Amino acid sequence: MIVASMLVLAVGTYLLRLSGPLLRTRVSFPPSAERLLDVAAVVLLTALVAVTALTEGGGPADAARPAGVLVGGVLAWRKASFMVAVLAAAATTAVLRLI
Amino acid sequence: MCLAVGVTSVSYGAVSVASGLPFWFPVVMGTLVLAGSSEFLFVGIVGAGGSPVAGALAGLLVNARHLPYGLALPDVLGRGWRRALGVHVMNDESVVFALTRKENAARSYWTSGIGVLVCWPLGALLGAALGSTVSDPNAFGLDAMFPVVILALILPSLRDRVARRPALLGAVIALVCAPLLPTGLPLLASLAALAAVPLLGGLGTSPSASADASPSADARPSAGPSAGTSGDAESERGRA
Repeated sequence: MIVASMLVLAVGTYLLRLSGPLLRTRVSFPPSAERLLDVAAVVLLTALVAVTALTEGGGPADAARPAGVLVGGVLAWRKASFMVAVLAAAATTAVLRLI
Repeated sequence: MCLAVGVTSVSYGAVSVASGLPFWFPVVMGTLVLAGSSEFLFVGIVGAGGSPVAGALAGLLVNARHLPYGLALPDVLGRGWRRALGVHVMNDESVVFALTRKENAARSYWTSGIGVLVCWPLGALLGAALGSTVSDPNAFGLDAMFPVVILALILPSLRDRVARRPALLGAVIALVCAPLLPTGLPLLASLAALAAVPLLGGLGTSPSASADASPSADARPSAGPSAGTSGDAESERGRA
């Protein structure tokens, strides 16, 4: 089931990639539709961040995880390097769980 | 750039095995799908006990952006098998390179595209190997890495006000739905925030039109449905 779903995702993604070059010469895509697709992706991914940072199986996550995500998020917002932000998040959460 | 892709893929591999998936899974999916955020989404949904079908659907929604990418892409793909491979290596990075280095678009596109095709599955393999040696990944705070990875990837988009408002609304919707709906569905429910886009100031005319929404831009004639940038900011505060 998991492998079949993964293959559906792979084939579907390939078709999405292929359709642009195929359509390119034939139709014009309204810019507002492009913007809406962009915004939809950001909405989906922001929701993913919120749900994975704050919840665990439908209930709230332990406080250590949101704290780590907050540290990593602030670092990333202040343009720290990607690796620093991610490692700082993990370190913060790990230390809080030790205490 | 390849380093950032590598680090992301290592955490992707580690998160995948931490979610209980076999070690080869992130590598095979990384090669066949080759679109990081959708793979993270798939692994996140499946790992939290959600349906793989919901994971695939959510992944396809995230990957829908490749359609406008393909429309915007200059003629860099070539013909025949080259074209078939060129379509597969279309991703955020290769498209940006092809669009910004016009004089050498094809070379930039292929270099970054193939680079990601090599780095991403290799990093996933390394992450899976590291992740499976750790008995309790949560003790090392690995569960906090995943949200930060995604957050760091979308931060440039969140600095854009036009996307930020529906994104924050969508996050609230997903959190409210999380205790009520099976895993995966709260994420799809977040898309309801798109229906509020016209209320939140519309899509703007272009990403730059919203990026320059500083107080000094007040004199700019308003093209959108809002009464100007300063009034827009006030109404935003009013809602908050």
